[in-house]
Amino acid sequence: MSTVVLLTLTGLGLGALYFLVASGLSLIFGLMDVLNFAHGALMSAGAYGTWWAASGHLPGAGSGGFGFVLAVVFGTAVGTLAAVLLELAVIRPLYTRPREQILATVGVGLAVPALLSAIWGADARPFLGPEALAGTFGLLGAEVPLNGLVLIAAAVVVLVALKLFLGRTRHGLVVRAGVEDRAMVTALGIDVRKAFTLVFAIGGAAAALGGAIGGLYFGSVDPEQGTSLLIFAFVVVVMGGMGSLTGAALASVAVGLVQQFANYYTSAGLGDLAVVVLLAALLLVRPRGLTGRLA
Amino acid sequence: MNTPAEPHAHTFATPPAHPSAELPAHTPAKSSAHTPAAPAGKTAPPLLTVRDLRVVIGGRHILHGVDLDVAASGTTALLGRNGAGKTTTVRGILGLVPRTGSVRLDGEETVRLATHALVRRGVGYAPEDRGVFAALTVAENLRLAERPGAGEPAYDLVHELFPELKQRARQAAGTLSGGQQQMVAIARTLLNGNRIVIADEPTKGLAPKVVTEVTRVLERAAEAVPVLLVEQNLAVVRRLARHCAVLADGRTAHHGPAAELLADPDATRRLLGVGRGGHGTGTRAERGHTGTTAPEHTAAHPAARTAEADA
Repeated sequence: MSTVVLLTLTGLGLGALYFLVASGLSLIFGLMDVLNFAHGALMSAGAYGTWWAASGHLPGAGSGGFGFVLAVVFGTAVGTLAAVLLELAVIRPLYTRPREQILATVGVGLAVPALLSAIWGADARPFLGPEALAGTFGLLGAEVPLNGLVLIAAAVVVLVALKLFLGRTRHGLVVRAGVEDRAMVTALGIDVRKAFTLVFAIGGAAAALGGAIGGLYFGSVDPEQGTSLLIFAFVVVVMGGMGSLTGAALASVAVGLVQQFANYYTSAGLGDLAVVVLLAALLLVRPRGLTGRLA
Repeated sequence: MNTPAEPHAHTFATPPAHPSAELPAHTPAKSSAHTPAAPAGKTAPPLLTVRDLRVVIGGRHILHGVDLDVAASGTTALLGRNGAGKTTTVRGILGLVPRTGSVRLDGEETVRLATHALVRRGVGYAPEDRGVFAALTVAENLRLAERPGAGEPAYDLVHELFPELKQRARQAAGTLSGGQQQMVAIARTLLNGNRIVIADEPTKGLAPKVVTEVTRVLERAAEAVPVLLVEQNLAVVRRLARHCAVLADGRTAHHGPAAELLADPDATRRLLGVGRGGHGTGTRAERGHTGTTAPEHTAAHPAARTAEADA
């Protein structure tokens, strides 16, 4: 029983991390038809920004208490800014050239880890967080790591915030409409390019937050961390249905749990294969993903 | 441009090659044979002036140089057989497809403007497929059409014209009937104080009763704002439009008073492919639909039968 509880909570923690990356990825594809292969780089930007700030380089920031919160805010801001720059400088000039757009995002996705390696080295750097979050707590006989719960809490907050944004604000309304019919939004007099930038900023912020708190979960940061998680984020997006936040949340949970349980009950490494099998099975039954949207 | 009102309809043997924004240079002094209708009378210049509008999509030339004037009041109909380029013309005017030429709104050249910028200058657009956001509620669809900073949206007018939309405000637009979706589409164009409304086949696929309702609303709308109406239902055209332009193969083939065209069986057969223009205002036997291969009686054509599709 304790094993099941532990696997479930660590699986949910991993799923939360996937959701933080996939939520932005899904909105960006749903609204803009952009496959952003640089999204993992945004996560890395957040992770390194937080690590850099928590390492004492940012006045007031540190690895404990409010200092760590400040470091996370800084890392998230770095990822958000990077996302906005990416949209304005790389994506926007290529709106009418989707193939070049994909190649450009792939290029950025490769360049950012290389840049991080060049500056801070290719080896993983220990990620120091608050000691209070380094421990475990007992639940039904299992010792559950606290940092996993932080990830879950962050994902829930992001999910609720995004739902409120999409459901209660005019910008959110524009994004939801744009996911359905971008041209018609424009024909109503709305500059959909602003929505593009906004969605990129939101997606970048969520991914960067994932990178910041993911550092806690993994205990270290390395240049390839974001890129290695990106593939699972794409799986989540396809499984959830393009442009669907609820679908992404459900698929994240499924992928995280399947991965953890398969890794434990079969052999390490088979979890990744199990995720691919899950994806294939789902698409056979529901080609448009969990929420019925076109993948 | 101040084109004199045209006393008679004209059919282009060949369209003007490169009409300018003003009177085409080769227009005979005593005739405006190559000048699109300037139907608002001698003193009122057209609100929307389209010249030499060309659209190429995927290497295929869709429009070869469309000229069109939309009067500053009332309804101007844009007619033509299926595939003549009517919808592409509208989309070209709005910048929804890449285009060249000249599109002047109240004298201002807009061809280089992005679609949203043009629309914000006061253009309401109800597209052929209605453009309703299925996953959003009726209220959200209308809210999207609001233009912050452009005055209070005219919900009173919209709810007066379409009381049903108020009752169905929280209903997902995708669950509405075709007629109700058309009401949403038209309501969005009336919510703002637009200078022109462009309605692309607003009666397409609707039941006769709904066609009558939509026609009534457009008639009311045209009292307040000029309307460019793309329409295949000639009974609707007859009731609403004072002037018309006819497209053929991506060019302007004719322009002039709508009543004159519809009263001329030869012209309607040649230009619109219908056997007769009809003389009523909406009975099935009289409801001429364009785009056919010249059937003798339009009610026998499948296009007329599709009118039963939605309630």
